[in-house]
Amino acid sequence: MTRITRSTLPVLAGWMSLLANNPALAHGFAGERFFPATILTDDPFVADEMSLPTVTFNPKASDDSRETDIGFDLAKRITPDLGFTLHEQWIHIHPNDQSSIKGFSALNTALQYQLFVDGPSQTMALAGLGVTWAHTGANATASPDFTTLTPTFDFGKGFGDLPESLTWLRPLAITGNLSVDFPTKARSGDGSINPNVFNIGFAFEYSLEYLQHHVKDVGLGAPFDRMIPLVEVAVSSPFNRGQAGQTTGTVQPGVIWAGQYLQIGAEAIIPINSRTGHGVGAVIQLHFYLDDLFPNSFGKPLLGG
Amino acid sequence: MRSILAIATLAVASVIVTPAGAHAFLDHAMPAVGSAVHGSPAQLKLWFTQELEPAFSTVQVLDRDGKRVDKGDPQVDHADATELVVSLPQLAPGTYRVTWRVLSVDTHVTEGNFTFDVAP
Repeated sequence: MTRITRSTLPVLAGWMSLLANNPALAHGFAGERFFPATILTDDPFVADEMSLPTVTFNPKASDDSRETDIGFDLAKRITPDLGFTLHEQWIHIHPNDQSSIKGFSALNTALQYQLFVDGPSQTMALAGLGVTWAHTGANATASPDFTTLTPTFDFGKGFGDLPESLTWLRPLAITGNLSVDFPTKARSGDGSINPNVFNIGFAFEYSLEYLQHHVKDVGLGAPFDRMIPLVEVAVSSPFNRGQAGQTTGTVQPGVIWAGQYLQIGAEAIIPINSRTGHGVGAVIQLHFYLDDLFPNSFGKPLLGG
Repeated sequence: MRSILAIATLAVASVIVTPAGAHAFLDHAMPAVGSAVHGSPAQLKLWFTQELEPAFSTVQVLDRDGKRVDKGDPQVDHADATELVVSLPQLAPGTYRVTWRVLSVDTHVTEGNFTFDVAP
């Protein structure tokens, strides 16, 4: 690794003064709080990160079919506060007593803006606009013939600012999403109805990393000192076009291990009702920190980095 | 599906061979985070998960009133660039707060704070 030389110090000094005004640099930091990239719910920060792969073994659907997905996600900063995301997944559906169906899902993209990051209170918020594009998936997997626009608000809050006496609560953190789906067609070509859908999601995290390194050294060694047990919850509820109340959702308890360059996550998938499915599924994810892997090239903002 | 697995394999390989650095997380400290020590320690030592840039890595020790009490000589260890050390005067029994802010060699900034107690 190269060391910083005397000639680069003035440049770095100026750069550091900028950092002093904006101390959280992507990667899910708000002050000393590190937020991992969660699997089910959106992250409240712009970042240079990539998930590859995310393998989802969904619970059985109400018709007893079972779906397996292999997903890819990319998050890239355009400027330090503006970013975009891409999501695509390969779907394999195993219907009950029928031949399987496979193909790519519709492409999902999002433009995101970091509203604020506050280190002392360990809070951050992000606003975004997601777009699920029509005619970008395989026909076999019922890819939509309409585009869906999804304005989104995401937030994160760490509780390290609780009083010192609440030692065991300070590692807690929560992230959340609120969004609404606006399909560009109320009715698809095959006659199916496309309602507006309200989506809400939360991730309740208990950071052993924060406990061990910021609250109390309880003797955790590797790999436990980089683990974050969590429970994610996401619920979607249509609210018009005759489908109000057709709520679906999952609860996903699991754990994320966050290393220096990547994180590994695994969660169980528990449907909240029979409309969502039955039984228990699972998801595993390999997630890379591009800002750490390629700090001088692909891992920094395209502009102003 | 095979192509996705191939890309994943390449991505993992890139992690293994990359020369990049990363964010410096605190690995451990002496006195330990949230601990109580008997008698005043002569130094506070912090070890991080990455090598640090000495010119932009600092640590302070504050008393309960927020007054700085360390000797103001934080330095990255010459032999181990993951170690940050600051000298301490004779500390009276009480609670002290450590605040650190470091720059890893790949220019990522991290920060943190914790307390330790000095018992008689």
